[in-house]
Amino acid sequence: MRNKRIPAVRFVVLAAAVLSIAAGLFRQEHLEVMQKAVKICLECIGIG
Amino acid sequence: MSGMHRNRINRSKPKRYPDSPRLKGMSFQRMVQLVSAVLVNGYLVGFQKGKIYTGGTKAVCVPVLNCYSCPGALGACPIGALQTAVGGIRGHFPFYVMGSLMLFGIILGRVACGFLCPFGLVQDLLYKIPVPKPEAGPKLKKADRTARYLKYVILAAAVILLPAFAVTKSGVRPPYFCKYICPAGTLGGGLTLMAGNPALRELAGPLFLWKILVLIAVLAAAIFISRPFCRYLCPLGAFYGLFNRFSFFQMSLNKDRCVGCKKCEHVCPMAVEVTENINSPECIRCGKCKAVCPAGAISSGLVQSPKQSREDMAK
Repeated sequence: MRNKRIPAVRFVVLAAAVLSIAAGLFRQEHLEVMQKAVKICLECIGIG
Repeated sequence: MSGMHRNRINRSKPKRYPDSPRLKGMSFQRMVQLVSAVLVNGYLVGFQKGKIYTGGTKAVCVPVLNCYSCPGALGACPIGALQTAVGGIRGHFPFYVMGSLMLFGIILGRVACGFLCPFGLVQDLLYKIPVPKPEAGPKLKKADRTARYLKYVILAAAVILLPAFAVTKSGVRPPYFCKYICPAGTLGGGLTLMAGNPALRELAGPLFLWKILVLIAVLAAAIFISRPFCRYLCPLGAFYGLFNRFSFFQMSLNKDRCVGCKKCEHVCPMAVEVTENINSPECIRCGKCKAVCPAGAISSGLVQSPKQSREDMAK
């Protein structure tokens, strides 16, 4: 029974992932990611 | 821990099978790892100038742990981006980063760990150093199994909860995993950036020393234990591992063909019990079990349709 649900879960999660990315793009979250990634992250390299 | 000893046994008798294409002695996995490392760190000018890439591709999360402060990095590290998003001033659910992580996870599971991660490649190469590897006794096996839960604690605490709620005196929410743990950031970002940037070298203090010590500990452990960072510490591996059982990329074992020789388990770098749980959250999909199986009982690939998914599950 548990195994039979896996194919459905697979496609539900895929759809959720795509919708989540779309929502993030709509909210311009990718720009936040970029804003952080184009500056040297001092914490990441062990300075900040 | 059993994989440490098992790996040594099999490396003494390398055997090549048609499913494991090789180019001049290099395995398919190694070729892909090298190409991936170059692709995600393709901004070569950055290494020379000690500066990071600032182009538009930095808005895209790569599927692996690759510090966006590495001079060559062309994309964003998903774990760094996730900490920034949950600790951001806007305080909303990080749809974009979580969606990206879920997309990579549901399609590939931990294929990214086995084939794409540059820090996984570094650990694989270190484990090739011919030194005596620890024997896997019952106590070590138990300790190994328990220690593997640490990566889930790190994912929950250092990547999500602390960046979301633990505000410092100066009012910021630092990326705790990046700041205190991530050895991939120290190696790919810290050392390479400081090598080309004297101003940054002058800023290095006690925190940098701590991160260097963490890096040395992980790299030293990788000589004796196969992929210690992936086993015990990596929050990205922990996240992708949650998808291994139902990702589109699946490993499968035909029990009718299996002869029970356990060669697959002996060669597994993550010490997965292949014959018991081939799609374990620990499996990094490197394909070594498939290549070594004398009966061709192990197969892998992408599930293409719901109908095929049901058929695979019925096997």
